[in-house]
Amino acid sequence: MKADSILERLLERGEFVVTSEISPPKSADGTKVREKVRILRGYADAFNVTDNQTAIVRMSSLAASLFCIQEGVEPIMQMTCRDRNRLAMQSDLIGASALGIRNLLCITGDHQRFGNQPQSRNVFDLDSTQQLMVFKRMRDEGELWCGDVMETAPKILLGAAANPFVDPIEMSVIRLSKKIKAGADFVQTQAIFDLDRFQEWYSVIRSRGLEKKTHIIAGVTPLRSYKAAKFMAENIPGMSIPEEVLKRMASAPDEKLEGTKICLERIEVLRDTPGIHGIHLMPINWESVVPEIMERAELLPRPSP
Amino acid sequence: MCVYKTRASLHKRYIVLYVEYINPTKECRYLIIGEQKPLPEIISMIEHEGGTKILIVGCRSCVAVCLAGGEEEVLQLADRLREYSNSTSKGWEISTVTLQRQCEKEFDRGIAKLIENTDVILSLGCGVGAQVLGEVYPERIVLPGINTSSMGAPEGRGKWKERCVGCGDCTIQLSGGICPIARCSKMLQNGPCGGSQGGKCEVSPDRDCAWQLIYDRLRLKGRLDLLEIILPPKDWSKARDGGPRIVIKNTEAGR
Repeated sequence: MKADSILERLLERGEFVVTSEISPPKSADGTKVREKVRILRGYADAFNVTDNQTAIVRMSSLAASLFCIQEGVEPIMQMTCRDRNRLAMQSDLIGASALGIRNLLCITGDHQRFGNQPQSRNVFDLDSTQQLMVFKRMRDEGELWCGDVMETAPKILLGAAANPFVDPIEMSVIRLSKKIKAGADFVQTQAIFDLDRFQEWYSVIRSRGLEKKTHIIAGVTPLRSYKAAKFMAENIPGMSIPEEVLKRMASAPDEKLEGTKICLERIEVLRDTPGIHGIHLMPINWESVVPEIMERAELLPRPSP
Repeated sequence: MCVYKTRASLHKRYIVLYVEYINPTKECRYLIIGEQKPLPEIISMIEHEGGTKILIVGCRSCVAVCLAGGEEEVLQLADRLREYSNSTSKGWEISTVTLQRQCEKEFDRGIAKLIENTDVILSLGCGVGAQVLGEVYPERIVLPGINTSSMGAPEGRGKWKERCVGCGDCTIQLSGGICPIARCSKMLQNGPCGGSQGGKCEVSPDRDCAWQLIYDRLRLKGRLDLLEIILPPKDWSKARDGGPRIVIKNTEAGR
């Protein structure tokens, strides 16, 4: 075991895992995180804690991950390359591991122009592939990137993000293959609305046997309303919502019901796709729907860790 | 051998015909790209500095090519400042001079007399030119009239694109001759981020995704295999991060 996290144990056992997401608040009040965590506890095996997502400043993912642990929920701490150089990254990983965080997702990060501080500088000392290389060396060799030996190496399961909707597909697959070589133990994808395009991407993944070299967890998101769907399609980078889905949302008498239905249909398909090890349920400001989706998808109760 | 090129261009009120001297051996191979600051900012800098005798110092090199600080732009700016002075009774006396290369001290030294008779020096050279001018006249303040942005190349009429950030460790042979450090908004070295769609960058639809360009170029060359190479963490100490760079060309080197 690399980290002996719940996520790692379930993946190794071949369970169909469920991860979900908690976005830290724009607040210095820890009870806000605790409340969110309590709503979601038991409905997924581990929870991604986002890192200033869409470049909007919030409570740090490290602090919010610690609140998760205190509430008895396993966090997957996200860490962007946008906001930290390699010194900060390595020191945050050491700190995170010391605090008991056992999963970490290495990501590029949305460009700061999307957020509330578009005048800031971005860092990108490392890209997410290089971030994985550095962290893998720290965990497996017990060495910092510069070669200095650590007294105690971090125990951490390393994740990467993949976007099946990046153009061209071949390039997206090559990039994922590099991330896997660099050290990605698991991979979480962008939310899948366009199943045809996902299948096209996944067939290239399979032709290279990549699904056997890591654990792919497929992303899904329930749409709350037509307005929210349109906003996401137009404003979230790398998001792809096909016209057909938008039409269904536009003409539905009950938008929430339709959004849930669309999400459940995708879960069903992905669950039956060989080599897909789980789903990553991103509720995007609609956390309260998670219990209902999990119930209706018959993914409850979660397996014991 | 020298080349004389004649260029006619439309001024606000009249046609300016002037001769541009180009020395082929010294012509800029790349281009420092800059833009003139907005007029209100220039005026506010001059007013803050005080004085009535104003000298605008242009440059015939890069900033002339990118139409920001060459002779024509110097004359245009002088006209606009005169107009402003007349309408506000400032009594400004504006003189102009355009140097061959403001970044070389010998050219800057040639205008000592003009500088002596001036209250305010406004440079329309790039950030390098304005600094060297200030070094030659260390007791004077040089106002920067240009915002210098990047090293790039012309791309169609009146458009210039950044090509190089001077990272000090070039690896474009691996990316089809296209630099991802300069041309990807996130300087990604191992492929595109999740925001690349339809060949465009997530930052703006008017910006190409560098990795789409790299992919297309490598495909054309039949060298998509190069995309599989993992670039390890880069040595940024050779870039600006290592402090200001100094290059010394040792003519006896290479032994």
